[in-house]
Amino acid sequence: MGRHDRDLIFSEEEKARLRASRVLVAGLGGLGGQVLELLLRLGVGSGPGGLLRALDPDRFEESNLNRQLLATRTSLGRPKAEAARGRAALVDADCRVEALEAALDSRNASAMLDGIDLAVDCLDSVEARLVLAEACAARGLKLVHGAVAGWYGQVAVLRPRRDSLARLYRQGAGPGLEAALGNPAFSPALVASLEACEAAKLLAGRESALAGRVLRLDLLEMEFEVFELG
Amino acid sequence: MAAGAVHEVRLFATLRTGRGKVVVLETERPSTPAELLGRLGIRREEVAILLVNGRDGSFDAPLATGDYLSVFPPVGGG
Repeated sequence: MGRHDRDLIFSEEEKARLRASRVLVAGLGGLGGQVLELLLRLGVGSGPGGLLRALDPDRFEESNLNRQLLATRTSLGRPKAEAARGRAALVDADCRVEALEAALDSRNASAMLDGIDLAVDCLDSVEARLVLAEACAARGLKLVHGAVAGWYGQVAVLRPRRDSLARLYRQGAGPGLEAALGNPAFSPALVASLEACEAAKLLAGRESALAGRVLRLDLLEMEFEVFELG
Repeated sequence: MAAGAVHEVRLFATLRTGRGKVVVLETERPSTPAELLGRLGIRREEVAILLVNGRDGSFDAPLATGDYLSVFPPVGGG
């Protein structure tokens, strides 16, 4: 039995595309750790030419343990990028992972996208998210966006030069509800799954059902709203 | 004769606290999203997404009668 035998929703050709894909996972916290895990399980970056590039400047703290997949008793105090490399080695040694202990900013955003097919936004600051979105647009890359706060979350797929992330952050780069509500275990895991799902479709060569659209989730009321970005 | 209007304001996430999910507002003259949100005590900086009839809208564009608003606070955590 092969590692991807149960990935029956994808054709062999699509699976080969996933393995050969080159993806940037920006941020390795609650969203990024889960997205990395799911992309590893999908085989992304494990084939010829494939790459999973991830970056996060932080080290694990005790308050990350409630939700961040890569945060464990043994990774406390260690860089998140290091934990990402370690996890990849445990799950799929064929996956080429380039994990960097760095923050995404306007100086390095374009370089981080060098040779990348698709970026996944798992960042925790609105300012950095807007920088990443702008860099993706400049390079003609699609961006899978995800964000969480307490019971709430959102996922969107931005098409370069057509969709603006600023439409989702009209109030500017200030903090969101997460400053007051924090994040529990389940919201980041769910939003990360949705991000990985749309990323997988795009990498496999399919359309994303969220292209140019936003899904807003309210897990308290179990309400899911989709609307156009434009 | 002044043209009044009725607008539904659909609130999401924490904006529902103390206001409910949907508020129906009547105006005596043509209004804007900024005026309606002001009546609900919602400040601009609390609004990350503002939709008019399900499409990206603007705070100061005049509303036609029956136009409805959807208002979401910012979600930015990772």
